[in-house]
Amino acid sequence: MLLALACSARAEIPLAERRSGYADMSPQTRAMQDDDAINPATLWVLDGEALWMRKAGAAGLACADCHRNARESMKGAAARHPAFDASTGTILNLEGRINRCRTERQQEKPLAYESRELLALTAFVARQSRGLPIDVESSARTRPLLEAGRAAFRRRQGQLDLACAHCHDERAGKRLAGTLIPQGHPTAYPVYRLEWQAVGSLHRRLRNCLVGIRAEPHALGAREYIELELYLMWRARGMPLEAPGVRP
Amino acid sequence: MTRVVVNLPQRARRGEIIEIRTLAGHAMETGFRRTQLGELVPRDIITRFTCSYNGVEVFSAELHPAVAANPLIAFSTVATESGTLEFRWTGDNGYVATHTASIAVD
Amino acid sequence: MTTRRQFLVLAGGTLAGTAAQAQLPANIEALRKAALAEAVRKVTGGAQVRAGRVKLDVPPLIDNGNTVPVSVEVESPMTAIDHVKAIHVFTEKNPQPYVMTARLGPRAGRARVSTRARIADTGKVLAIAQMSDGSFWSDSVNVVVTLSACLEDGLI
Repeated sequence: MLLALACSARAEIPLAERRSGYADMSPQTRAMQDDDAINPATLWVLDGEALWMRKAGAAGLACADCHRNARESMKGAAARHPAFDASTGTILNLEGRINRCRTERQQEKPLAYESRELLALTAFVARQSRGLPIDVESSARTRPLLEAGRAAFRRRQGQLDLACAHCHDERAGKRLAGTLIPQGHPTAYPVYRLEWQAVGSLHRRLRNCLVGIRAEPHALGAREYIELELYLMWRARGMPLEAPGVRP
Repeated sequence: MTRVVVNLPQRARRGEIIEIRTLAGHAMETGFRRTQLGELVPRDIITRFTCSYNGVEVFSAELHPAVAANPLIAFSTVATESGTLEFRWTGDNGYVATHTASIAVD
Repeated sequence: MTTRRQFLVLAGGTLAGTAAQAQLPANIEALRKAALAEAVRKVTGGAQVRAGRVKLDVPPLIDNGNTVPVSVEVESPMTAIDHVKAIHVFTEKNPQPYVMTARLGPRAGRARVSTRARIADTGKVLAIAQMSDGSFWSDSVNVVVTLSACLEDGLI
């Protein structure tokens, strides 16, 4: 039995067999995502749009002052993040990028992870990439972090001694306590999760997973999550971004 | 947070039935949940929604804790004349949200 | 019938969590059925409720009981002399039976409302239409509610 659970050395799910969690939802939940008029995440997107226009910080700058019309300037941004940031020599996810602008350009305090404002801005920015294929950089400078993320995905952890791959690579499509196990592609983030009854980030969802396998969860925004996020986005490369989506 | 989203056509033919879909940002705290320490989290919900068309109430709803968070209320009304539709949500702890939309009816 | 969440708390022998979960009375099902019957009686004044003319649309298998799309449509010409005055939605297994009451009238044009409900447990959802002639019509749907496998809080 232990052998059966040993994480096989086989490659990731074949590209053509990848499936967004969208496909596993009921028609009603899919409709909730597809129609902005009834997608609860629209409430956050509109808040984000308001924040985009609002001047902030010692510099008295709004996002719009530099980035103008988000529909054009932010197109593709969410699909490319986490991305390499030359000035810090590391990768930043979308939240990190937004906060860098806040601290460096607006001269304002960064927004707390999972705060309403950060979720709203992330939802608004991510919305501008909806439909675009996920395309994070996999090159010499991102590879070490990508490999760290992949190793984390395959590492057994927690009291239940499970790796992400056990459920989301090997048993995706099967059921866990009545719920269908998804492949776990981050195509819809930030997501309105029905379980949360609110929009939340990928890191929040990753925390759920770690708590679920009774492993020590990292702090939101932790390096471990960002590496894993990079790997998960690379694993989902080419799949269309659905943000902000709806998931059970 | 008093963010609302209201969706309806900007114009319609006289007598046409139009669909109106509304979303209100609200946690709709049921009053049945408990904290990890066992304390009851007090109820805090939207209790009433009204839609008025040129001052005449054409639709209303009473909401209870069993309405999901960020409530969706979708309904229809007959496009009788051009004018203004006013939407109003009220609830516990003095919650009020309003939205106004214009409609052109030919 | 205990929900899976209740079963795990009772069987798991607890930690700080259990003090937080108030023990539900043994006859909870009977109590909630009675509460539903009382709520319906309040709405109808004891008048007969006939099945028909109402179409309640709820997915039979629910992704998450926190947010369940509910749609009610009633056959009615929606004229001044013959229309739906109100649509009442109830559940059988929630802590209290009411979901929403929509007040319509001839200006609605069509007797159809949609919302999203919280449904705590597998059981009946009930819609009652109150007509301008004083009659009451209904439809009900049995829904199955499952829980998310990996929860954020609660059990550990």
